[in-house]
Amino acid sequence: MSAPAGVMISGADTAWMLAATALVLLMTPALGLFYAGLVRGKNTLNTFMMSIAALAVATVLWALVGYSLAFDPGNGFIGGLGHALLKGIGFAPRHGTHIPQLVFFAFQATFCIVTTALVSGAVVERMRFSALLVFSASWSVLVYAVLAHWAFGGGWLQAHGTLDFAGGVPVEMGSGFSALAAALVVGARKDYGRQALLPHNTVYVLLGAGLLWFGWFGFNGGSGFGVGRPGVLAFTNTLLCPACTLLVWFALDLLRDRRITAIGAATAAIVGCVLITPAAGYVSPGWAMALGALGALPSYAVIVWRPRTRVDETLDVLAAHGTAGLTGILFLGFVAQRSWNGISNGLLYGNAHQLGWQALAALAGPAYAFTATLVLLRVIGFALPLRASAHEQALGMDVTQHGEEAYVTGEGAILVSTEVLEGPVPVAQP
Amino acid sequence: MKLVTAIVRPEKVNDVLEALYRAEVRGFSLSRVQGHGGELDRVETYRGTTVKMGLSEKVRFEVAVSDDFVQRTIDALCAGGRTGEVGDGKIFVTPLERAVRIRTGETDEGAVTPLQA
Repeated sequence: MSAPAGVMISGADTAWMLAATALVLLMTPALGLFYAGLVRGKNTLNTFMMSIAALAVATVLWALVGYSLAFDPGNGFIGGLGHALLKGIGFAPRHGTHIPQLVFFAFQATFCIVTTALVSGAVVERMRFSALLVFSASWSVLVYAVLAHWAFGGGWLQAHGTLDFAGGVPVEMGSGFSALAAALVVGARKDYGRQALLPHNTVYVLLGAGLLWFGWFGFNGGSGFGVGRPGVLAFTNTLLCPACTLLVWFALDLLRDRRITAIGAATAAIVGCVLITPAAGYVSPGWAMALGALGALPSYAVIVWRPRTRVDETLDVLAAHGTAGLTGILFLGFVAQRSWNGISNGLLYGNAHQLGWQALAALAGPAYAFTATLVLLRVIGFALPLRASAHEQALGMDVTQHGEEAYVTGEGAILVSTEVLEGPVPVAQP
Repeated sequence: MKLVTAIVRPEKVNDVLEALYRAEVRGFSLSRVQGHGGELDRVETYRGTTVKMGLSEKVRFEVAVSDDFVQRTIDALCAGGRTGEVGDGKIFVTPLERAVRIRTGETDEGAVTPLQA
């Protein structure tokens, strides 16, 4: 397919978007590492694999139908099937951008993948892997693609003027409130509330968070679809906002316990990235810093409060993504500035309507994500057991789900497949 | 005076600790060990290599107790460590010749009786 005459592909935009797509793809294994460090050692691989699973199922479903449901015009609620099975996705530019639709498709696919992986944080250490595969595949279409259509693909929120730069609605609130529903349906881990279930490797957590932040420069910086002002502004805001969240998180840790914690720091970096996600290309760098500082408070409060409940939303996806995404979407309604974004002002600059549309997104996004996930998991639960047995959880999900261990020594391991070798085993020559 | 050594499942350690606490057995050591006791081997695959894991992770409790505490200790270890499946572990009781509390130099029964603090 060649580009129709008159519609320009920009080399610069395309080059940056290719790089940004690869950056966002890295966020999924980074998330796997972050999550793996937060669980017990016997569940390391299973937890990591839940993110890797999204690379498989979410990508394939995105190509089959998800992209079309998100980005084909369709109606206000859901897109059409015009791009199903990759139909019409070629070198011609995606409308509204100067990049080939092929690149646009791949960039958006990486968003679907990492969001699908995010939800798994709610059900680690007990959800059966086969049930997770079915859930991830269907969630990426029935929840993510729908919310992406609302916010990015010309759906009703975008059409009415809700601002969401890089996915406060589909990615952050979508994953956060789905995680809450998933934790409620799947239920708590066997030992939750009875024993201390502690993170086994905080270095993984810090490195995972660092790699996520790195990838987020592609996530937010690429959501302007080029090298113009929105992408540049979003890029720098992705540096400033999380730094402020980190600093405020340090202060909150000090006030609460007189010590600054490493897991707190890793969490804060992610919360900061989430906060700026919806607002990245729409607010001034100064307001991005204010958002990072103020936005730390609600997420910190939810993280302190949640473990005191019976809800085993294990890795606090609701606090880090749902709550921070909601804070960012609303804050944007106050401080959006046309002099920076060229589109719309927020309440502080005289446009109260903007805050109204942001508030509507902050209600509708979570409501759909929570309800749809609840129903979806209940339906899957009829067909498949969602939970591993207490015995399997006790042995560890790595051994029972995958037949592997993260920290295997090899002592006492007896080779089984030697009989495959024909004749005598060759002896190494000195 | 006896040394009670118990080999239990790692996932039952918290239950054993709780049972020992309820039985007022307050002094013990524990260590991670690997062993084999007739349970089914786990088969694991790493790329093309399939292996039978002959050794299982276990946790060893060592409790030095005075003679009239032996049965309570055994009962607590059994209650906390049992699942009913093969692989729950063993308890060994061995006579203990001497015991010394390093801090005070107390010996034998005095050394294995926890302080009422």
